[in-house]
Amino acid sequence: MAERSFAKEVQKLRLGTGEVFHGEGILAVTKGLLQSGVAYVGGYQGSPVSHLMDVLADSQEILSELGVHFEANGSEASAAAMLSASISYPLRAAVTWKSTVGTNVASDALSNLASAGVIGGTVIIIGEDYGEGASIMQERSHAFAMKSQIWLINPRPNLPKMVDMLEKTFQLSEASNTPVFFQMRIRACHLHGQFIAKDNIKPKFTLRDALDNPNREADKIILPPFTFLHEKQKQELRWPAAVKFIIDHGLNEIIDSSGKNQGNDIGIIFEGGLYNVVIRALQMLGLATSMGESKIPLYVMNVTYPLVDSELIKFAKDKKAVLMVEEGQPNYIEQSLNKIFNDAKLTCKISGKDLLPAFGEYSGQVTKDGIKGFIAKYNPELLDQDELETSMASLSATSTSELDAAIPARPPGLCTGCPERPFFAALKMLEKDYGEIHISADIGCNSFGTLPPFQIGNTIMGYGLGAASSSAFSSVRGKRAISIMGDGGFWHNGLTSGIASAVFNNSDNVFIIVDNGYAAATGGQYIPSSAKTLKEDDRKARIQDAVQGVGVKWVRTIDSYAIAEVKALVQDAMTSDFYGPKVIVIEGECMLNRQRREKPVIARNIKAGKREIKQRFYVESETCSGDHACIRLSGCPSLTIKPNPDILREDPVAYVDNSCVGCGVCGENVHSAVLCPSFSRADLIFNPTAWDRFKYYLRQMVIGFLQRRRDRKRAKVTL
Amino acid sequence: MISQMKRPITIIISALGGQGGGVLTNWLVNLAEQCDYFAQSTSVPGVAQRTGATIYYLEMFPKSSVTDKNIPPVMALMPMAGDVDLVVAAELMEAGRAVQKQYVTPNKTTLITSSHRVYSISEKIAMGDGIGDSQTVMRAAHDAAKHFIAFDMADLASKTGCVISSILFGAIAGSKSLPFSRENFEKAIKAEGKMVDVNLRGFDAGFQAAEKSTGESPPNEVSNIAAAMITGKANSPEAEALIKNINALPETTREFAYAGAQKLLDYQDLDYADEYLRLLEGFAAEDKAPFDITRELARYLALWMAFDDTIKVADIKTRTERVEKYRAEVKAADGQIVQMVEFMHPRIEEITGTMPRIMARMVENSSLLTWFFKKFTGPRLLDTTKISSFLMLYFIASLKPIRRKTERFHQEFIHITKWLDRVSDVMTQDYDLAVEIIKCQRLIKGYGETHERGLNSFSRIMSAVDQGNIKAHRVTELMVAALADEKGKTLENELGINHS
Repeated sequence: MAERSFAKEVQKLRLGTGEVFHGEGILAVTKGLLQSGVAYVGGYQGSPVSHLMDVLADSQEILSELGVHFEANGSEASAAAMLSASISYPLRAAVTWKSTVGTNVASDALSNLASAGVIGGTVIIIGEDYGEGASIMQERSHAFAMKSQIWLINPRPNLPKMVDMLEKTFQLSEASNTPVFFQMRIRACHLHGQFIAKDNIKPKFTLRDALDNPNREADKIILPPFTFLHEKQKQELRWPAAVKFIIDHGLNEIIDSSGKNQGNDIGIIFEGGLYNVVIRALQMLGLATSMGESKIPLYVMNVTYPLVDSELIKFAKDKKAVLMVEEGQPNYIEQSLNKIFNDAKLTCKISGKDLLPAFGEYSGQVTKDGIKGFIAKYNPELLDQDELETSMASLSATSTSELDAAIPARPPGLCTGCPERPFFAALKMLEKDYGEIHISADIGCNSFGTLPPFQIGNTIMGYGLGAASSSAFSSVRGKRAISIMGDGGFWHNGLTSGIASAVFNNSDNVFIIVDNGYAAATGGQYIPSSAKTLKEDDRKARIQDAVQGVGVKWVRTIDSYAIAEVKALVQDAMTSDFYGPKVIVIEGECMLNRQRREKPVIARNIKAGKREIKQRFYVESETCSGDHACIRLSGCPSLTIKPNPDILREDPVAYVDNSCVGCGVCGENVHSAVLCPSFSRADLIFNPTAWDRFKYYLRQMVIGFLQRRRDRKRAKVTL
Repeated sequence: MISQMKRPITIIISALGGQGGGVLTNWLVNLAEQCDYFAQSTSVPGVAQRTGATIYYLEMFPKSSVTDKNIPPVMALMPMAGDVDLVVAAELMEAGRAVQKQYVTPNKTTLITSSHRVYSISEKIAMGDGIGDSQTVMRAAHDAAKHFIAFDMADLASKTGCVISSILFGAIAGSKSLPFSRENFEKAIKAEGKMVDVNLRGFDAGFQAAEKSTGESPPNEVSNIAAAMITGKANSPEAEALIKNINALPETTREFAYAGAQKLLDYQDLDYADEYLRLLEGFAAEDKAPFDITRELARYLALWMAFDDTIKVADIKTRTERVEKYRAEVKAADGQIVQMVEFMHPRIEEITGTMPRIMARMVENSSLLTWFFKKFTGPRLLDTTKISSFLMLYFIASLKPIRRKTERFHQEFIHITKWLDRVSDVMTQDYDLAVEIIKCQRLIKGYGETHERGLNSFSRIMSAVDQGNIKAHRVTELMVAALADEKGKTLENELGINHS
């Protein structure tokens, strides 16, 4: 059960020719796939394309009506390998993942795919996680396109253009026998807009057709001498075919409203994805309209690889200078322009990273400043207005340092009631007793353990690579290293890259696998060990069986919320006489998913008059010391602070807000870490039985009597 | 070819998880489309998807301004600094962040924000007070915006029983910053069709609050310290005498002295409060205007004298008023059965600390008795709605009369006396230093380890004071260092203590 359900929205995928589609970029792209007659789809979740996987998963019914196979691939490498079906069969295919990380994982299969070439249109939709909101290291996917010769589409970000480009991308792939990357940035994925739909197309050639008539083409095998042949084909056949297709179908666009005016001696070249920001920047400078008409000629690269030399030369021939707006680094396109213009003996000057920042996201302000600098250098008469300058000038000189100091950062953290919190709390307590430990962390929700308040984990090397990351320390006697890995990473590759390798090398390290039941960080997608109820029998695969299967002898399983026991178990693993890999599986279902499952049931039961107990925590303001040791072991969003109600005391007191789900971590922490006696758990009983009421009444009689007695005594002296 | 230079309406929405930013965005898109506008929205949840803020960006453009209604204008996917018409924030610091990024400019931006706070982790984990300065943010927001509307929407949302997004939507309508009528706004809520009644109620509340908002600078919260005379509610001649004594203290110190005396009466008895006031009077007599020493001492002496012991905890947890407060906070319905399960972890120190000194010594010296009393230590759950648990705490609370004879009391008073001596020693030569010494009491708080750590830091700073030749600002620095980390490393570094 993914975090977001598209069950209702996927009905839009059924729209036919002429109907207007309203919706998100991700959904529009899915519609584009169906309109293109795709035969099979797959991928691996990750921001910003997690929702694309969710949409595909939720549209199984529609897909099967069309005969389209959907595969929730085990990793990006699996997804890329699946594309091999299009090498010898005319099957259109699409897979998706987060880039550049997913592309890294997939690159072995991608290289082979690109070498063999495809006859069925093959599209890889990459969610480029760059700039604001990114959760990964900042690199460009462009390098992969160049090294493997996979074409790279970076379309103008509006829905009609994206859908149209997607259909053209399949054609381009088939025309040039080359797989194609279709690049989408986060804002394009979440973009709400509309376009005119077309009918969905059933694949002409089906997967069944392929199996019934297998086609083996020896020269598509990646072995010499064919690999040399592939390289030759890439250069001599596929590249020219792609360039021809791009020119013939006008995939790149020239926008020029300069007429014979003075703006026509300079030009701007940019990646299609930057179109809206470039237009807006020009608009601010009075050089473009809302409708996209521009006084300066523009060359929009909806295809950023390969470059079309002839188009570029034609565009720049009579110009004294062009500005290349290319996000990220290195500036591959700008470098290529220099070579192309030099070979063509053009006198046109090329600006790019000299006027625009060398790295980082090209936001509106940055782009406008770069364009302004370019115009000032080559055609200053065009600059007579800068709309933004007026508004920025009107800003008073409020002390920015004062404001910076007042505004706290808001880093991500674990959700309310998260099962990983008690585990990290246990590790933190263990480090206090046992001393600090070298810990290799991983990708996923568990990455947040490296942030305050826990700050646990020395390195992150990639998804599922937590276990492998500590292998340098695997034979050191004495203090052991710990590796942490989520269940998502474990199935993605950690079982083999980490655990099996540790067995093979007789590693003495401790491996902790956090089993929350889902690929939780990307939105709660299912993985092999997922189960709707988390009952053992419902699982397709058990992590414990898998690690035992690869030869681990020391395997323990524990409930993550039992903090004292978790701490003791990890300590045991750290100090045990056993030599060899020690695996601890920490179990606790993702609280978001659990709440989504349990909350409606409890609400229904209460409504139906069944007895239910809801738990939540409470902090006594009067006894809270204001030291916040409890929060330093938790960081739970529902465990927060409030101003001290006592006018004599200055430090804010801890406070549990109404979002508490009563997971029990606060209480466990109080006991394990010997915190203050301020925590209390409220058990709210709904629909009590007669016995409940009788006991309560009896107790209240006694307790109430004693309380009133003391109240009276206290009231005797007041001040 | 260049036609009219119309620009779109640009809107930023910043909301935290669960505040309904997505719903608000949908309403706005719906609103614009039904009023014959093109609308486009996008968002960046990114790494902030868990506990962070999501930023939504919208643009709207009137169809009347284009020649072909089927061809929309080019709309941007991200805001430009200096080019935003409306910024909507569901939390104060997120509004501050928009100001920081210069999305709020005086010539065009209407800024609508909730004034409430959702504290970030850095504010929450501070060992003292780490809360960001809201006043600075309010001031900056007010200065940067063309129109500034701020009120506590979380409070209003809980009063109306709705989500903050509907309040914000109402506030946008009430601000008159968009060219749409109230009816159009309401139609958008109805069109979305989810929890329409609740959302309309929230919308109305937000609308009215925004209309009332004058856009004036928020008043600075200055508490009225100089409460002229304390009237109190004394019900005996002895208590009246105490009130009289409080009113004999310098005016600026009375509020704290009264609060302190009340606290100590509640903690122990009238004599204890009287003892406190006598100590204060002694210092006041030596003090001079503006009587900072007496004022700060009124606060910190009361807090120290009401140190956290087992009796205090048991007393608080068995009171009638506590049950009422507790039930209200956990949102128990009238008459609903609520079990109140306390998480206690008494150590042997807490048990012997509650015994009379002679008895405590006996236990400490006897391994048999220590073994016996250790049976009562360790983690335990006490449901104070059960008679057995209640009686146990009730009994401990009833030990108040012997508190003055306990080991803990004795220990605390050794420290208190030394501290007060230090203050009197330095107050004539270095007034500011005396004030800082008093303020160091803030370090001593809590129970168990927290208390030990605090007392340890306090003692270290006091021994630095005792070495003489120290200035007030240095003591302040040391106190900041003591609150910088749990292990006390920062303070050790400051003091040049090396453990390696």
